[in-house]
Amino acid sequence: MAYMIDTTQCTACSACQIECPNKAIIERKGLFSIKPEKCTECIGYFDKPQCVVVCPVDDTIFIDVSQPRYAAAA
Amino acid sequence: MDQQAHASITPAAHPARRIIPIASRGVAAAAADGACGARSSKPGLPDSVWERVKDHPCYSADAHHYFARMHVAVAPACNIQCNYCNRKYDCSNESRPGVVSEKLTPEFAARKVLAVAAKIPQLAVVGIAGPGDALANAEKTFRTLELIRAQAPDMKLCLSTNGLALLEHVARIKQLNVDHVTVTINMIDPDIGARIYRWIAFEHKRWTGREAARILSERQLAGLEALVAAGVLVKVNSVLIPGVNDEHLVEVNAAVKQRGAFLHNIMPLISDPAHGTHFGLLGQRGPTPQELNSLQDRCEGDMQIMRHCRQCRADAVGMLDEDRGSEFTSEKIKTTAKTTVKTTVETTGEMSAPAYDMQARHAYRAWVENERADEQAARARELTRITASAATEKHLLAVATKGGGRINQHFGHAGEFQIYEVSPLGAKLVGSRKIANYCQGGYEDEEAMPSILDALQGCAAVLVAKIGHCPREELERAGIEAVQDYAHEYIEASALAWYQRRLQRLRGAQACAAA
Repeated sequence: MAYMIDTTQCTACSACQIECPNKAIIERKGLFSIKPEKCTECIGYFDKPQCVVVCPVDDTIFIDVSQPRYAAAA
Repeated sequence: MDQQAHASITPAAHPARRIIPIASRGVAAAAADGACGARSSKPGLPDSVWERVKDHPCYSADAHHYFARMHVAVAPACNIQCNYCNRKYDCSNESRPGVVSEKLTPEFAARKVLAVAAKIPQLAVVGIAGPGDALANAEKTFRTLELIRAQAPDMKLCLSTNGLALLEHVARIKQLNVDHVTVTINMIDPDIGARIYRWIAFEHKRWTGREAARILSERQLAGLEALVAAGVLVKVNSVLIPGVNDEHLVEVNAAVKQRGAFLHNIMPLISDPAHGTHFGLLGQRGPTPQELNSLQDRCEGDMQIMRHCRQCRADAVGMLDEDRGSEFTSEKIKTTAKTTVKTTVETTGEMSAPAYDMQARHAYRAWVENERADEQAARARELTRITASAATEKHLLAVATKGGGRINQHFGHAGEFQIYEVSPLGAKLVGSRKIANYCQGGYEDEEAMPSILDALQGCAAVLVAKIGHCPREELERAGIEAVQDYAHEYIEASALAWYQRRLQRLRGAQACAAA
């Protein structure tokens, strides 16, 4: 269940980290990444994934297909 | 809305808009200090406002000869996407908003302020201008301001914002005693806005087009009103985009003036495909100096227009067009803390900041007051001579200056010229034009001349401390007089003296021709 950040495009502006309701975004050595176990794709919080909403560079945050999609606990 | 800001700005001089005299004083006295836009003593501003801005190099054209500012780049996130911005492009030779070489944490920013203040007692203002939007990083921004406030109590604090998130932070801004806020307002018409803004992030959604522009404009104007009501001084920045909002900015000017902004800074669009901005890639051009000046002239009136904006980087440090950022990189600051500086350095065995030297700062300000008094006297002397002559011509002059309000720079070393308009009413700063240096390490750069001639278009003369024989001849061939006679004298007094001399020469020539 996760979005991921393309670090070759990311400008490290931290806007996504500020907006994430799950505190799932961390910065290490100037690189930002999303912790898949914490990301709920904003389901349960907002209509749209907030990191994508605020990211200034197109096509930089997108679904990580290597992770299962988020499903809220029943 | 706070009406006090407009109490003594009566449009007594309509339709002679260029001068902003205080109605109750005599014409000559008013002209002597009101002649130059946002310059000199009380140029049409109420005393209370003037006291707050007279030492701010961005808000006062006079102060920008004496005081330095720095921007601390603690605000990387942004909540909108303007078509003139590309945050990915950072080159250290680039000097424009949105560009920084290093982002800072609030703690390090405060340390940097102390390091700079230790070396530069002229430092009067610290601002948070980006590289994104100050209020899209509210936590970092306010934390930084708090720390600086605590450690540098006499420093003026400033911040810059697009206004989208402004309303919810007005109380905190007021509480921290932030002296001035700049809001960038490029339009009040959503159809025009749709051409300037690609998207905004608001209430957890992304908006585009007309609707985005409408929301942004509403929020900007509401934020402006709230700030003014809270007694915060507000400058409005507008980017002039020819063919998009050029005519419209006259309406924007009226709208922000009406809501209590005290200064309007109309800046040229910076647009180059190499920057990868939307406008750059579209080939949208910026305005010519003449277009810019003409719009600024039209907007001038009851409201001050800023003419000397450097459009500097969000991590700029210094005075005028110098950027001393490279002296204060984080590497250098960490090492300086360990060595002895002029002021006392506390060594706790780990990195510590230099002590804040209030004495040096006070001494500098005392010196500035002396200089200002001296300069005003010199200027007033020249002006009375011209007023007596009943002339009407206006001329544009280019000036090479390193600071201190004097003509103290060599032609070859100038990276920009300050442009003054001189007339019987006085000398007024109307802008500055950047150029490539003519002198490259002791050798002339032939290729620099055409762009310098371009920048000097419309100018009758260029006043410098010194100029070489060859460039002087080239200038003269282009009809521009190169003048070294006023080396190290005050700029405005010299401009007026030159004007007087030119008048005499022309009249002498006319008299001969008539005989």
